[in-house]
Amino acid sequence: MFTETPFVRKKRRAELIAKCFFGGMAAAMVIPLILIVGYVVIQGAPSLSWDFLTTNPRLGGIRGGIWSALVGTIYIVAISLCVSAPIGVFSAVYLNEYAKDNWFTRIVNLAVVNLAGVPSIVHGLFGLGAFVYAAGMGKSILSASLTLSIMTLPVIIASTKEALSAVPISFREACWNVGATRWQTIRRIVLPNSISGILTGVILQVSRTAGETAPVMLTGVATFKAIESNGLFLYNPLTDQCMALSMHLYYIATQANNAAPSLPYAIATVLLGVVLVVNATAIGVRAYLRSRKKW
Amino acid sequence: MTAQPKIEVRDLRLSYGTREVIHGISFDIGHNEIFGIIGPAQSGKTSLLRCINRTIEFSAATTVSGTVKVDGQSVQKVRNVYELRRKIGMVAPLPVGLPLSIYDNVAFAPRCAGMTAKSDLDGLVEKCLQQAALWDEVKDRLDSLGTKLSGGQQQRLTIARALSHQPEILCLDEFSIAIDPVTTMRIEDVLKELRKEMTIILVTNLTQQARRLADRTMFLWNGEIIELDINDVIFGDTPKDQRTYDYVMGVFG
Repeated sequence: MFTETPFVRKKRRAELIAKCFFGGMAAAMVIPLILIVGYVVIQGAPSLSWDFLTTNPRLGGIRGGIWSALVGTIYIVAISLCVSAPIGVFSAVYLNEYAKDNWFTRIVNLAVVNLAGVPSIVHGLFGLGAFVYAAGMGKSILSASLTLSIMTLPVIIASTKEALSAVPISFREACWNVGATRWQTIRRIVLPNSISGILTGVILQVSRTAGETAPVMLTGVATFKAIESNGLFLYNPLTDQCMALSMHLYYIATQANNAAPSLPYAIATVLLGVVLVVNATAIGVRAYLRSRKKW
Repeated sequence: MTAQPKIEVRDLRLSYGTREVIHGISFDIGHNEIFGIIGPAQSGKTSLLRCINRTIEFSAATTVSGTVKVDGQSVQKVRNVYELRRKIGMVAPLPVGLPLSIYDNVAFAPRCAGMTAKSDLDGLVEKCLQQAALWDEVKDRLDSLGTKLSGGQQQRLTIARALSHQPEILCLDEFSIAIDPVTTMRIEDVLKELRKEMTIILVTNLTQQARRLADRTMFLWNGEIIELDINDVIFGDTPKDQRTYDYVMGVFG
């Protein structure tokens, strides 16, 4: 009954090859990560210390720490997310739950897709024209944050729509059948069951925001600006320029002549650390919310 | 002077895009009647129900013409469509347990309608679950998830939810598809009780179920009424249309 025909042998071999192939590809993904992180951390180790994090840069950034760049990055990321997360999530709710399929919806969807494909330097130029000059905000933290918001919005909208449409349509129909309004359906059924996916999408944009150089370089990030007495709140987020880790890294790596060779790698390590901490938070939040998902 | 029917359908037409699926049908359903609808797949049974509670509007590119009146009022002109839907309990063919606890599943509709007092909700939830023949199985675990129930239990949960907004009309769309015969019989007994309080529309693939329960039965085929009459005629030896006889006797369909 269970004889080994040539066909069965062939099938088993193909199965084994397929499994090894896909497994190998998955394993290959880990290698660059380990190499990048390992290389950067080892190269940067000589410059890394607690003081490096908490002291201002001196002499155009080639001496001292990176405190003001770290604070600047945190400011930019926080402000831009405060703008893009609510707008992105709520417009995705509109597009996915309310919008009928008409020309307006199609234009909005088209705009979202195309906006997501615009290179970041173009976003930077737009921010320079729109926020810095036209809106009169000047080169400031606010201009840079808003520029990054525009850049992350379409991705947040796309990921939120994805999370919302993962909630089965039958749930919505069941709610409508008993006389629930769309909003009652969204609030009681759709959002509680898609919130993990929505948050994941939003949080993952943090790493993009923290890492972008081109848009912020044009709109509000200075190559050198210390915070007086290493304080936290000396930036005026509306009008001041600031430093940012990404820009600082670019500047030290390419423009500064007599910086310690380990300095750029140390900055990169800190940038990676910020991103990894945020991503780890995202994974934790997702795991927690998944465990409460109810179907 | 005849009494006003509970539901009046006049020349109802429904198209999905350019494809017309209901071709101008007219019929009345009386108060406290059990009205059977039989017919093969694609004959427009579910679409007809969705025209009555206007959930058809959620499908893209549908066109409805003609009138559907509930209690003499045209549903297309009802301003408060949520009130209309609360008047009509709807049970879909496949059970849908909302991702909430059993209690919250049943309390969902009353809460959406603004009922908040715990004591009111408790009483209503118990009553509805009992009517759906589910209470005894779940009374000790009302806090567990509705989606974790078995298929048959979820279908009875769906029925309890449909009853929870105290409808005047109950639409059952192939409700017994996921339920075993014994439970089906228990629910059929419940329906016989419920008809004292409400009008029941029973869409079913089981012609014998319509025969057991309904007062009148409509044979719908390809969006047209082939025959609509009292059960004695439809399921008797001499329905007016040969196709009815063939369908009921299982010659085709």
